[in-house]
Amino acid sequence: MIQLHGIVKTYQMDQIQVQALRNISCHIEKGEMVAIMGPSGCGKSTLMNILGCLDTPTSGHYSLDGVEVAMLSDSQLAEVRNKKIGFVFQKFNLLPRTSAVDNVRLPLLYGSDGNNGRKRALEALERVGLGQRAGHKPNQLSGGEQQRVAIARALVNNPSIILADEPTGNLDSRSSRDIMGLLSQLNRDDRITIVLVTHDAEVGSQAQRIISLRDGQIIGDSPVQNRKDGGI
Amino acid sequence: MKATHVVRTAGTGLTTNKMRSTLTVLGVVIGVASVIALLSIGRGTQVAITSNIQSMGTNLLFVGPGAVSQSGVRSAAGSAATLTMDDAAAIADSTAAPAVYAVAPQVQAGAQIVAGNQNTRTQVIGVTPEYSWVRNFPIERGDFVSASQVQRASLVVVLGNSVAQTLFGLQDPVGQPIRINGLQYEVIGVLKSKGGSGFGNSDDQVIAPITTVQRRLSNQRTTSGAKTVQQISIQVAGASQNEAAIQQVTAILQERHRIAPGQPDDFTVQSQQDMVQALQQSTSVFVIFLGAIAGISLLVGGIGIMNIMLVSVTERTREIGIRKSVGARRQDILLQFLVESATLSLLGGGIGILLGWGISRMIGGIRLNNATINTVMSLDILVLAVSVSAAIGLIFGLYPAYRAARLSPIDALRYE
Repeated sequence: MIQLHGIVKTYQMDQIQVQALRNISCHIEKGEMVAIMGPSGCGKSTLMNILGCLDTPTSGHYSLDGVEVAMLSDSQLAEVRNKKIGFVFQKFNLLPRTSAVDNVRLPLLYGSDGNNGRKRALEALERVGLGQRAGHKPNQLSGGEQQRVAIARALVNNPSIILADEPTGNLDSRSSRDIMGLLSQLNRDDRITIVLVTHDAEVGSQAQRIISLRDGQIIGDSPVQNRKDGGI
Repeated sequence: MKATHVVRTAGTGLTTNKMRSTLTVLGVVIGVASVIALLSIGRGTQVAITSNIQSMGTNLLFVGPGAVSQSGVRSAAGSAATLTMDDAAAIADSTAAPAVYAVAPQVQAGAQIVAGNQNTRTQVIGVTPEYSWVRNFPIERGDFVSASQVQRASLVVVLGNSVAQTLFGLQDPVGQPIRINGLQYEVIGVLKSKGGSGFGNSDDQVIAPITTVQRRLSNQRTTSGAKTVQQISIQVAGASQNEAAIQQVTAILQERHRIAPGQPDDFTVQSQQDMVQALQQSTSVFVIFLGAIAGISLLVGGIGIMNIMLVSVTERTREIGIRKSVGARRQDILLQFLVESATLSLLGGGIGILLGWGISRMIGGIRLNNATINTVMSLDILVLAVSVSAAIGLIFGLYPAYRAARLSPIDALRYE
């Protein structure tokens, strides 16, 4: 479902051109759980932004579900982000002073079908096990709980892909295990494609496949041998 | 995105920082309120002036001495002494001027009036009996000047309402003596108050027979030695005959003053409508000027909105990034910020209208230095204020909203 071919991303910084990605090509099939790993500065986040349609490549082809992303307008990209992709960030990125349920509901407000949005948001919170805390605001929730709200927000529009950028980066080990367990479960039970960026080998080993990046190039792409299935 | 959500989102954005939103709204409130208050004063002044002129009577023409040039020196209009009682009598001739219904010549002079231990300085206007109804001066008590008193140049006066009050207080002045320039006059009547103010206050005057004023108070003469009159008020037979009357009066006076065709007239004929028009023209400049001053404060209020919205966009960069990452389009973000600034300005506009209206009602009728402030509130002033404040919200909100909408989602998410 994700096809990357010859993706190049160059940033213009003052006079210097920085190549963040050079010639990335790979396929990710529906229902896969893939970890992108590599040292910081290797281009993981840039690749993630391109996959998430937050950014466009300088050259190369990216097709998502058979649609060439480069051909999409700004509004169409927004619609892709709204319908097909769910984001989970390292810093949770919840709206402050806004209750969990309203945060989860946010994508529905920008979609065309905004009806019974509150009900759907509550269902999504149930799925991540936070049904009881719907009215709490982010500052009243623990880090792990905030990340689960973020996952519920990613889930609410029934996306085909969840992109998780260092989802456990700000969490303690216990919460990390919970979050990874939740993601694995969504992948296994709901067949949601999951792409996650991490530099934690422990976290990476819970994926089915690891793509290793260095200096903007893929240096390794292999299935995980003795996969730890992070059940809850 | 549904309208209710847009409004709710904007509401949340504004209530998050209540103090700041309130102060921003205050800027617009002051702007709108001052526009409304000042425009209503301007409009009130216009209305007052117009009704002042209309209270002089109906269908009037005014003939005054005009610019004359004697041996090449042209003097200003009104400075010459060219009109006489005979001119007035000639205009009153119904065969030569059928469109003229009545004629009321007048002379006037300033004088110190003394009654007992009270005194006041005012204009003494010399008139004929016609003046009372041509110029619409009904009597409250006593009598107006009679034809025989004019013939005999009797020492009698009719007091304007405020003059009567100044000199006699609550006492009835009719029959009482007063002194003007050392001569004793008898008060024969008091005029009804017209409630005029400032411009040509018609309550502050004294009326006497025209012959008396010519003999005792004013000694202006024409070049041929005849006694002059300063103005001739003419009542036209009907509104439709205005033009005809002007032509007839002009023809009579040109013949009597021996003005050759092509020579400039030594008199001017002005109709009441001309006066209203001229005054309205000059006061509309005054109204525009007031509006412009108030408009500046409205502009400052608008800049306040822009400032706050720019700060808000910067502060909420991360929020914008989050919204974009979950599918908000550019126009969704644009709309959100536009609705916020429009809400600020419309709220300010609404409160400003109430405040401006209140101010206008409060100061209307206040007397300052013998002049009353008149205020008139009209729909077009309100419509103007509302539309200007809405426009200000949109115009000054557009740039911050555009900046917000254009933010790249990645940069916005990374923003600390």
